[in-house]
Amino acid sequence: MFDAEMFMFWLIASLTGLCAIATVITQNIVRSATWLLFTLAGTSSIFFLLGADFVGAIQLLIYVGGTMVLVVFGVMLTAQGPFVNMRTSGAEWAISIVAGLMLLGVLCFGLTSFQKLPTGEALAKANEAHSKQRKANDPKTSTHASTIGQALSGVGYGPIYKRMPPLLPTKDAKGNLVTLPGAPRETERIHYLLPFEIVSVHLLVVLIGAAYLARAKRRRGGKA
Amino acid sequence: MLKWLSEFWNSNATYVLAIIAANLLIGFMLVHAIFSVWLERKVAGRIQDRLGPTRVGGKFGWLQTLADGMKLLVKEDSIPASADQFLFRLGPYIVLLGSFLAFIALPFGDGVIARDMNIGLFFMLAIMSSEVFGIILIGYGSGSKWSLFGGMREAAQMISYEIPMALCVLVPVVVAGSMNLSEVAKQQSGIWNWYIFHDPFTFCAFWTYFTCAMASCKRAPFDLAEAESELVAGFHTEYSGFRWLVIFMAEYGSMFAVSGIAVIMFLGGWSLGLPFELTDFFGTTLHLGFFGVVIGNIINVSVFIVKGWFLVFVMMWVRWTLPRLRIDQVMMMCLKYLIPIGCVLLAGVSVWVLFVPIILQQIVGWLLFILSLAGLGYMGFQLRTWSSALPGAGMPGMWRMEGLPGYQGATKN
Repeated sequence: MFDAEMFMFWLIASLTGLCAIATVITQNIVRSATWLLFTLAGTSSIFFLLGADFVGAIQLLIYVGGTMVLVVFGVMLTAQGPFVNMRTSGAEWAISIVAGLMLLGVLCFGLTSFQKLPTGEALAKANEAHSKQRKANDPKTSTHASTIGQALSGVGYGPIYKRMPPLLPTKDAKGNLVTLPGAPRETERIHYLLPFEIVSVHLLVVLIGAAYLARAKRRRGGKA
Repeated sequence: MLKWLSEFWNSNATYVLAIIAANLLIGFMLVHAIFSVWLERKVAGRIQDRLGPTRVGGKFGWLQTLADGMKLLVKEDSIPASADQFLFRLGPYIVLLGSFLAFIALPFGDGVIARDMNIGLFFMLAIMSSEVFGIILIGYGSGSKWSLFGGMREAAQMISYEIPMALCVLVPVVVAGSMNLSEVAKQQSGIWNWYIFHDPFTFCAFWTYFTCAMASCKRAPFDLAEAESELVAGFHTEYSGFRWLVIFMAEYGSMFAVSGIAVIMFLGGWSLGLPFELTDFFGTTLHLGFFGVVIGNIINVSVFIVKGWFLVFVMMWVRWTLPRLRIDQVMMMCLKYLIPIGCVLLAGVSVWVLFVPIILQQIVGWLLFILSLAGLGYMGFQLRTWSSALPGAGMPGMWRMEGLPGYQGATKN
């Protein structure tokens, strides 16, 4: 099954991957930042392809618009000469390879430990229920931005711990919430509030780091 | 063959339509750039008493832009030896992309939109903020100090002005309760329902937004990034030929994009000011079906484009009328005045929508509408009755010149 959507996904994904590799192997720091920009933009376009407009736009605004500009400012305001190149030492290589392999291990573990997606009849059922929910446009179950807002404040439905969420709960004829077999109970859900706070602290760290790098350097013992 | 075609259409219709939409949008951007360059020259000519485009010919000199385009296409494409080749080549295209992608979420009519997102407004602001990166690359990659100064100024200016711009545009969002641009536009049927007349806060927000939009498009009086009196040409000093053309297409494109946001959020979108939607009127009321929807949308799109061009014209009007600010004044205006104003407007409109009784809201809305109409009428009356000056006489609006040698008095008839 190789349709246009698949084609778009593979095109964007491979380009993003290539840009990510280029980010790592480029020596010139601003060029490296540019490749990083393309990587992040590629990630956001995958979000758009999946229909997650809000996440894609957030990705663009925060990373492409914000962090990248900070990177460039950090480079430009701290550079001693034009067109800075990075020289990486052997120890840095070793540390980064270890860190990279650990991340790869975590990702592989995460990928293999997920349950398989429903297929055949179960998939058809799941799709039907899902489209019903979208038609009902219930703010609790629809895939609108309000869901994310509710989840952020800890009110609505967060992602499900440890299990692939097959479905969100649906309503039966009487209007009661029912969970399909296999769907986890309410208590198993976690909310987005903590990750959100961590992300905002990360941005604060980036800001402080940029201010630290760009501050006027004082010579020891001399005047400013 | 037919079967294959229909299968292809069934599975890939979205992509075919997407390609068509993208081509239409690119076409619109090019035509808009061509028209705006000509308009810029005409407006400059009228306002600053210049000749304007006279040499190339065509009615009102419309061939001027084509001549400009030809010149730019055949010009030498020079890249300085000290430039970072890769970044120098890349920069203009990032700027153009940032400006073009914003059009994806911009509705030109009822359903005439490339992708209707329920966060369309947010998407446009996010995409347009990535334009800055291209400009930083242009400034840095040129390897010239004028470019670098211009690029840094531009980056500081655009990043700062995004904050009040987003705050002001949130004011009508609070009223509308939606960031979906088509939905916001549809809510404003009838000229008296335009959000600019909704309450005093949205009224002020429109002017503040427009100021910020002008600054974020780096138009005079905020064009310090390309101040030719200080920085040769700022960040695009080293550019020539087609790359320069691309930078300016992006500038004119984002001028229309920010004007489009203003039109949709404050000025009723594609609505002609009538209290019903034209596509519904032609399609359902007159029983014309799909044909009626098409007729309605042709009118809608023309109205939207004319409104957008009017705001673009206002930007040009301001550009050729006001002198340039200093860079510290530009930054001070944003950080010390526009951001606090934006915060006050946002807080004010929230209080207004929540706590002011509906009847008072409506009275104030109508009062604003009537006062604005009266103000426009007065302006029109003044323009009609104040004659243009004869040669040798003082120009209207100039300093008083009585008593100067050669002064024959401004004529008023």
